[in-house]
Formats: sequence, C-alpha cells, structure tokens
Amino acid sequence: MAKITLENLAHSYLPNPKSEDDFALKELNHDWVDGEAYALLGSSGCGKSTLLNIISGLLIPSQGRVLFDGKDVTTAPTADRNIAQVFQFPVVYDTMSVRQNLAFPLKNRGMEASEIARRVQKVAAMIDMEAQLDHKARGLTADAKQKISLGRGMVREDVNALLFDEPLTVIDPHMKWELRTQLKKLHQDFGHTMIYVTHDQTEALTFADKVVVMFDGRVVQIGSPQELFERPAHTFVGYFIGSPGMNLFDAQIDGNTARVGDATVQLDGAYTAHGKTQLGVRPEFIRLSAGGEGIPATVRRVEDVGRHKIVRLDVAGREINAVATEGEEIPADTNRITFAPGSVNVYADDWRVTPRGTDA
Amino acid sequence: MNKTVNQKAWFLVLPVLILVAFSAVIPLMTVVNYSVQDTFGNNQFFWAGLTWFEDMLHSDRMWNALGRQLMFSAIILAIEVPLGIFVALNMPKKGFWSSFCLVVMSLPLLIPWNVVGTIWQIFGRVDIGLLGYTMDALGFDYNYTQDTFDAWVTVIAMDVWHWTSLVALLAYAGLRSIPDAYYQAAKIDQASRWAVFRYIELPKMAGVLMIAILLRFMDSFMIYTEPFVLTGGGPGNATTFLSIDLVKMALGQFDLGPAAAFSLMYFLVIMVISWVFYTVMTTLDKRDGK
Amino acid sequence: MTDSAIPEVVINTHEMAIEKPRTTPKRFRPSGGAVVMGLYLLFLMLPIYWLINMSLKTNSEILGAFSLWPRNLTFENYALILTDPSWYMGYVNSLIYVLMNTAISLAVALPAAYAFSRYSFMGDKHLFFWLLTNRMAPPAVFALPFFQLYSSIGLFDTHIAVALAHCLFNVPLAVWILEGFMRGVPKEIDETAYIDGYSFPTFFIKIFTPLIASGIGVAAFFCFMFSWVELLLSRTLTSVNAKPIAATMTRTVGAAGVDWGVLAAAGVLTIVPGALVIYFVRNYIAKGFALGRV
Repeated sequence: MAKITLENLAHSYLPNPKSEDDFALKELNHDWVDGEAYALLGSSGCGKSTLLNIISGLLIPSQGRVLFDGKDVTTAPTADRNIAQVFQFPVVYDTMSVRQNLAFPLKNRGMEASEIARRVQKVAAMIDMEAQLDHKARGLTADAKQKISLGRGMVREDVNALLFDEPLTVIDPHMKWELRTQLKKLHQDFGHTMIYVTHDQTEALTFADKVVVMFDGRVVQIGSPQELFERPAHTFVGYFIGSPGMNLFDAQIDGNTARVGDATVQLDGAYTAHGKTQLGVRPEFIRLSAGGEGIPATVRRVEDVGRHKIVRLDVAGREINAVATEGEEIPADTNRITFAPGSVNVYADDWRVTPRGTDA
Repeated sequence: MNKTVNQKAWFLVLPVLILVAFSAVIPLMTVVNYSVQDTFGNNQFFWAGLTWFEDMLHSDRMWNALGRQLMFSAIILAIEVPLGIFVALNMPKKGFWSSFCLVVMSLPLLIPWNVVGTIWQIFGRVDIGLLGYTMDALGFDYNYTQDTFDAWVTVIAMDVWHWTSLVALLAYAGLRSIPDAYYQAAKIDQASRWAVFRYIELPKMAGVLMIAILLRFMDSFMIYTEPFVLTGGGPGNATTFLSIDLVKMALGQFDLGPAAAFSLMYFLVIMVISWVFYTVMTTLDKRDGK
Repeated sequence: MTDSAIPEVVINTHEMAIEKPRTTPKRFRPSGGAVVMGLYLLFLMLPIYWLINMSLKTNSEILGAFSLWPRNLTFENYALILTDPSWYMGYVNSLIYVLMNTAISLAVALPAAYAFSRYSFMGDKHLFFWLLTNRMAPPAVFALPFFQLYSSIGLFDTHIAVALAHCLFNVPLAVWILEGFMRGVPKEIDETAYIDGYSFPTFFIKIFTPLIASGIGVAAFFCFMFSWVELLLSRTLTSVNAKPIAATMTRTVGAAGVDWGVLAAAGVLTIVPGALVIYFVRNYIAKGFALGRV
C-alpha cells in the first residue's frame, strides 16, 4: 500500500499539444492518501480513464510525474508498479479454472506453491467463491468473472493500490448492490488504497471516502460526499451530483446581498465576485410560500417520486426544481420561493467563491 | 438463438437442393454406377459387383498415393499453422502497414492454381529461376525435376507460399477480436509473453484456427493443379498425390471402374477425417465450456 | 524510504528515460515484428517478382545470361496476348463464368442460409452437413462425371456449364458464410417487420439484405476467389468457346520449347483481377476471412 502523488500531471493524446483544449487531462496536483477509498466521478470522456491509466502505467503522461510513496514511477511499466486493476468488462483467463486464475499473478511472481495455495484459499473466501474454485472460468456469469478479476488483484496482499474502471457496468442491478457492499467491506477489512472510476453518482457516493469529480479533463473538486453536496466547488459538481441537480440563478452580487431579478437575497457573508455571477441552491433547500418575501415563481407541475416530491417551478422563464418531503403540503397558490439559511453558494464563472474573511 | 419450427422453410432450401443435387448427386451416382460395372468399350457395361473396390484395396498404387497424401497434408499443416499464427502475431495492428500486409498476403490466394504451379516451376528452375539458380550458385545440388527430396521441398514450399496467409489472416481476425483490457490485465499480472499467448491469444483464436485447420486439411487433401503443373507428379511417382493419381487413372488411362471405386473411397476418407477433426474439436470446445 | 528518495528519484528517472521506447503500449509485440513481417512479405513477393521480371524479357534474354532485372525491357509478350483474340478471350471467358457462378451461388444461398439461421425443420442438420460435404468433395472425383453429364445435355464448352460445376463447392461455402452473418442479426427485426405488414420477399430485399450486406460481400468475394482459381473442372468442361485463360496458357508449350516470356506475361495478367478485387475489399479482408465467426 502506498501514497500516490501526482505532480504537475497532464496528458494529451496529440503528439504536439498546442492549446489547453488539446489536453485530455489538464494539469493536476494531488495526493492519494494511503488506505483511502476514492471515487473518480465524471461523465464519459472527461478524462477519468486517462487518469486511471496513467496511474496504472498503461499510459505515459505527456508531462508531470507519478510518485508511489515518493518514488518516481512515471515511466515504470505496469508490472513494476504492483497495482491491481479491475476493468469494465470482466477479464478472466477462460481456459483456466478459478483456482488457476487466482494463483496466476502469484505464480508469475515465482511464489512458493504452499503460499499460493494459502492465499488463493483466503481470497476465495473473501470473494465468496470457495465452492467454484475448480470450475473453468469460461462458463461463469459476468459477476462471478468480475469477482475473479477482483480476486486476482486482492491475492497480491502488498498491492500499492486497487484500481477499478467502471467495474459494475455489465453486472445485473441487484448484483451491483451486493458487489459494491462487498467492495466496501473489503476496504474496511484490509485498508487497500482504492480508486474507483464511475459515471454513476450513487456508486461513487456510497463507495468512497473521498470523491474526485472531473469535468472536461480537469479535476473540479475533491471532497467527501457531504462536501460535494453542500459546497459544490463548480457548477458542474452541483449539476452532476444530486437528483435533481443544483439550481442556478443569475444574480448580481453586492457585498452580502444578491439581486435575482427584482428580488433581493441575503447572503451569509460578504462576497467579491466578478464575471458571470450565479447563485447555486440545492432543490432540497428551496422553500415554497404564497406571497411575502422571495423570488417570484410559478409551479409547473409536481412529481411524486416515492419518498419525496419534486416540484418543477418556473422562475423568470427558467426551470427550477424544489424537493418537498412526502408529508409536506404544497400551497396551491405558491408564487414565491426562498432559500434555507446557509444553503446558498455563490459562483463566478462557474467556480465557487468563498465569503471574504474565510478560507473554505 | 432458439429457432422456430417451420417445415415450410424447406421451400427456401429447395433451390440449393435442386442445384446441388444436379451438380453433386447425379455425378456421384454416375461414379457409383461405374464403380460396380466393367466395360470392354463400345458402351457395353456389365455388373462387376465390388471387384473394383477389392482391387483398389489391394492396390499398392493407391496405398502409396494415400501415404504420400497423408504425409503431405501432415507436413503442410505442421508448417502452415504455427507459421500462420506466428505471422499473425507479428502483423501491424493498424494504419497503412496493416492494410499493406493484408493486401500482399491475400495476393497468393487469388492466383489461379495452375499459375501458382507455373510461378514455382519457373522460380525453381536451375537455368532461369531465381530459387534454382541461387541454390545452384550456393553449391547445393538442387533439381526438383530429378530429385525426390528436392521435388518434395519445392512442392511444400509452394504450398506454404500459397496458403500460409489464409491461416495468418484467420488468426489475425481472431487476435483483433481480443479487447485491450486482456493485455492490460496480463501486464498487471506480470504474465510472460508466452503466458499471454497461451492463456489469452490462443484460446481466443481457437475457433478461427479450427476453421483454418479444417480448410487447410480438406484443400491439401484434394490438391491437384499446383503439383501437377510443377512436377507432373514426378520424379517417378514421388509427388503423385491422390487427385493426380485419380485423374491419371480416369482421364489418362480411362480405367473407369477402378477410378470410380478409387473416387468413392477417396471421398470417404476425406469425409471421415474431416468428421473426426470436427467432432474432436467441438467436444474439446464443449468440455472447456463447462 | 521517502527520506532517502531524492537521489533515488534522480537515478530512476534516468534509467526509465533510457527504457522509454520499450514502455509504449505496443511493447507487448516482440520488437522483431517488423523484421518477421518483412521477411515473410519478401518470401511472398519474390516468386511474383520473378514472374513479372520474366514477363518483361525476351526469350533470348531469359535463356541467356541470368539477370535479376530485365536489361532489354520489352512489352512484346503483353502486346501479343492483348492483341490475339485466342489469348484475350480466355480472360473474357474466365470472367464470364466466374461472375455467373457468383450470381447463381448467392441467389440460391441467400434464402437457404436464411432458412438455416432462422428455422428448424425436418432434417435441417443433416442437410447442412450434407451441403458441407460437397465442399469436401475433391474436384478430381467429379471431373469425369461432369464431363459426361454436361456433354449429354449439350452444355459442354459453355460458360454456364463451368458456372454450374463450380456451384458444387461455392454454394455450400456461400450458405455457410451467410448463415454465420445472418445468425448475428437479431430475430426481433424479422418479427417487427412482419408485424409492420411486410411480406417475406419485401422484408428480405428491403430490410434484411442491407443488414447483412457485409456478409454478402464476403460470400461474393469467396465465390469469386474459388471460381477464379479453380482449373481442373473448368478445363475439363471446355474446349474452345469457353476456355479459361488458365487453360489457354498451356499453348505456350510448342514444338520449339516453352515460350517463357509469354507464359510469364499471361501469368502476370491472371494475377491482376485478383489484385484488383483485393484492393477494393482491403478494409474488410481480416473480418471477411473469419467468415463472420469471430
């Protein structure tokens, strides 16, 4: 297990990148703390697989360095990095039995037979496949195969990191949930550094201690699920995480007040913001009322989605969502919305700005 | 795919049935007919029973031809299959050079078979051929028209030249169907180059290789034109394979009865061996699937 | 470890930098790949080069001093072939029966392949295997019976006779290839079309055929290939009017010995149609040779 450091890392698939747009992965500095579970979240094509492949050594970055525990491995071949990776589609050696599959990475490293047998047995118990050890891998289901790929990583107890590249794509929904729980448990029990690439926010938020959100080749925020929810650093994070995503209101910021249309909104601090300024408010923190203070709004429709209701509103021609709990009544004559205290984030050119005098 | 039971589907198969019946069944019946009759010319035939079959079974000529045939097929399979796989593994994956290799490799496959024979006939001649001249200049006593060993080497070289690309192209198609993730996983598992071949590439190629081996076996067992043009079956009978012998017997000597009996047995041998190949491979496939 | 990392890092980067070419994604291939392919392609091209070389020489030069390339470049051999109808009609004859064979094979194989890929019916498996056994039938076995059959119905020395004879091995192959491609098309497409009110023929021509266009291309390619390269049957079934080019080539053996230059030129010209076909299908070759079964 190791701490993974990325230094000034960037990658372009073009031989001579000219502008920043040519980079699939824009410059990045980050430490992946030893033993943490990370999720790398973003829509497809945002550069998350590029980043993962750089860490695993399948790709050599065009600039910057990758360090494992301070040791430069930027150009080291995959085999020397001692990492394990589980791919989107299950990769098993078809003609081998489950046992041989699990033993394969150890055998290649010239380990003693008795030690191999012991570890294979242990891993088989972890992934719950002891009964199938002597089956051929070819006939197994997709989720069993995916467990074997995982097991082939776990069997090397000293791996620096376990990398997952959207590993649950081809798994049945109910098995997805089960496998994710198992992964989480494995992490708690053995404390490997895990990096889990996904475009599914539920997967990311339920699996990881820290979520790394990527957008257009850039890491836009790294934080706990709660931080991502309450303080999205970029409007994309607000939009991508949460369902429905964060509402954005065009606003003029003036100290500790903001003007949205004709209405004035009180902010929880004094801000200095330039460029395109917006307020971001989660649907969960929008309050509906009839008359009084607030921003004028009209209810378009109300959708009951089980445990809560989604209220679709029209605010100055723009669709805004609010979430109401199941028991909550929606006033029939709703024509104003207000924001819950402390729930408003201020954005300038899509990036969050912090109030003056604070640093978070 | 689960198929619907539909007896009317026979109507869709009917054209094929009529056509193939016309070009296979009627001629085959003619052969069967000849195989049980004898003639003294003048289109007068009389029943000969199984005499021709018995004769052929005791004929050294046929057994020798069969022996040469089996040896030839075994040798070319032993060379072409590994060589084809080896070439496929070394082919460029994409870009101009990949297309270039594909085009050049396909070329021998589309040359009429007698021209293949002609090319090698010229190529191997000591007086005017590059191969023969070079061998001679290097001090080898090479002459494919006189020496049995040289004739075999030349016939085999010709077949390898002609058909290895077919195996290579099939193997290449199999290799291209392997997702990159397999190679990446193998790197992570520190698999050796041999292990990658043995556990990833070979299993994925198994299906197409089976087609390749089956096709190569069948076609090499029926080979006629190329060696006939190259060596005419000689020197002596050294390269007289089954088809060459058969045509000699039927069209050359007009021994219709023996030739027909020979034909049927020949056909039977091919079918039996192909069937064995096919069954062994499909059962291996099924056993692995468990 | 981190404490002593600074000198180590320097050494490592240095070493890695030297090894960099080896660490590109292509490094799974042995680095001698280009050498292997170079040698193999050389092996394939040399005999063909020699044929071209000879076709551009006069007979006296061929039989005279040995030379790796023509010293007195001549196109006379080609001129002779392209101006003499008894020569060039050989190409025309070959092309006629090859194209006829390809058209017939595809026309009958398409519905049959559809039946095999979609329906099960009495005796389907046996029928399929029986069809394939015809692919295994040695042409030598059929040469004489074909000769008698086509003579007796007055088709001897016609293009259609050769085209029909080649159906013996091309139809089973076409059925086999097309069946593989058709199996890849989901059955739901047929069912949807029938629900939409298409009759079988309109569905087959308008919807299904475009879906397996690549399969039809591959099947056509193989029919062309095997009909073009076959000689035993086409020579046996023709004498003058439909004589294929490959058989015409035996004319070069005369009383005065072999006319090597013309023989080589005729050989080169038989390679041209195949080379053209390959050029047009070059992007589908690998997939095509796998017969839709990868």
